[in-house]
Amino acid sequence: MKITEAEVRYVADLANLRLTEDEIGRFCAELGSILTYMDKLNELDTGQVEPMAQVLYDAEETATLRADREGSSLASEAALANAPQAGAGYFKVPRVIER
Amino acid sequence: MEIASLTIDRVREGLLAKRFSAVELAREALRFAEAENPKTNAYLHFCPERALAAAQRVDERLAAGDDLGPLAGVPVAVKDVILTRGVRTTCGSRLLSDYIPPYDATAVIRLEEAGGVILGKTNCDEFAMGSSTENSAFGPVRNPVALDCVPGGSSGGSAAVIAQGTAAISLGSDTGGSIRQPASFCGVVGVTPTYGRVSRYGLVAFASSLDHIGPFGRTVRDAALLLRVIAGRDPMDSTSAFAPVPDYLAVLDGNVRGMKLGLPREYFKGLASETGDRIARGVKVLNRLGCEIRDISLPHTDYAIACYYIICTAEASSNLARYDGVRYTTRSCGSETLSDMYRNTRGEGFGAECKRRIMLGTYVLSAGYYDAYYLKAQKVRTLVAKDFSEAFRQVDAIVTPVSPFPAFKLGEKVDDPLAMYLSDIYTITGDLAGIPCMSVPCGTTAEGLPVGMQILTRHFDEARMFRLADAFERAGGAEG
Repeated sequence: MKITEAEVRYVADLANLRLTEDEIGRFCAELGSILTYMDKLNELDTGQVEPMAQVLYDAEETATLRADREGSSLASEAALANAPQAGAGYFKVPRVIER
Repeated sequence: MEIASLTIDRVREGLLAKRFSAVELAREALRFAEAENPKTNAYLHFCPERALAAAQRVDERLAAGDDLGPLAGVPVAVKDVILTRGVRTTCGSRLLSDYIPPYDATAVIRLEEAGGVILGKTNCDEFAMGSSTENSAFGPVRNPVALDCVPGGSSGGSAAVIAQGTAAISLGSDTGGSIRQPASFCGVVGVTPTYGRVSRYGLVAFASSLDHIGPFGRTVRDAALLLRVIAGRDPMDSTSAFAPVPDYLAVLDGNVRGMKLGLPREYFKGLASETGDRIARGVKVLNRLGCEIRDISLPHTDYAIACYYIICTAEASSNLARYDGVRYTTRSCGSETLSDMYRNTRGEGFGAECKRRIMLGTYVLSAGYYDAYYLKAQKVRTLVAKDFSEAFRQVDAIVTPVSPFPAFKLGEKVDDPLAMYLSDIYTITGDLAGIPCMSVPCGTTAEGLPVGMQILTRHFDEARMFRLADAFERAGGAEG
């Protein structure tokens, strides 16, 4: 399977990932060979097979629900403490909307 | 006090006989670990204040005659993808090099409540992605058994500290073999419990349908005891299971007579001769202990790697989306727009393997490819899981090698990602099925490199797995 430079750029864009030209070249080759290997799955007929999204175990459907009662949570200063930029109780980011 | 060969029982005996206090032991364990660490780089950082405070609480309980807790005074190491309140947690990533978690993982809370003394945080592949610990942003870990070899990964640091003697027990995480493979490479015991057995609250997410927290120890008994402490339902993790946690120690009686063991033929074809030979010797020992050995088949084994690397990269690409420069410590400077800030922060912050997996995962989830890759892989996962449930109709446990080969040299596979992925062949199937599995030492190669035997049992049947592994260990392992 061949992955083009344009495809690598498109996927990097979806993933919000800035790549160097060098990385783009490398990923063309690497993703191509890994995806070729993954095509192996097409040898299997899975027409009648249900997908497995989670490991299932026996528990009632409502078992993980809890009473709708207020509990403790992180204070906002604690939640903001690791932010590269914060102020007035908010995360700060570059301007998004022009006035 | 033989600091490098401590077990949970020895610590307890020493405390009760007043040969040392918990604080004295913690001081000595920290001194030893800090002195030895430069040889392997297994610890990323230590937390002496937290360790001494925990030890102090144990001494107070001891003085008051209170119940000591099953891990009283025991030096523990914790993989640096598991959150420790107030103690730096980096995930082996430059992106989180200054991250100080505001809360503790449930497993950390439980082990400290049981009297455990956390000495520090262990090195690992960035965001637990790798099979050699060479993907850490803070330098690779060296295998204490052979310093020119990798310790395995991604929990390489947590396995290495046990082999090196710089902690008695440790916590790791496993998504596709990240506990068992390093345990086998370092010659220690490593356990991946049933999916849902241990709360993942506070485990930094990699692939949520596959992630586990699990224990390492020098003996089966120690690993089993640590699992018992951290296992069980946690309201903070809705995927944690309600299943009751049995007293694993009560079943470690050495009696495995009549246990039916399956050897899946797909795991033994093309196996490197020395590894195959050690496992064959181990199986002979189990047979002599009274186990019945059967040839079985897990027919979809050959598809497991492709299946696993689609699912785990898809989930990783989604889980790692949060590292965008807004909340977690690192932001690329000088970006004018929000979008540039996201892109530059991620481009500069993530290492090569994380980028590769984000790219693969984003690709397989992208419009037009979802059915062909992600959905297809989820269906194949059903087939892999079914292989196991059918096998467990005929046998009580399955025995295989952990890795096709022993520890490899640093740098040997680092340039060939596909070859690195293929080395996970024997461990990813257990994660896909969500069943408990572990690595127990099974002799060494002529060069002295450890070989690990993998034992797998039914969902929530860790007790049988421990009984078998413990009986094997008592019999002397592969040399028994």
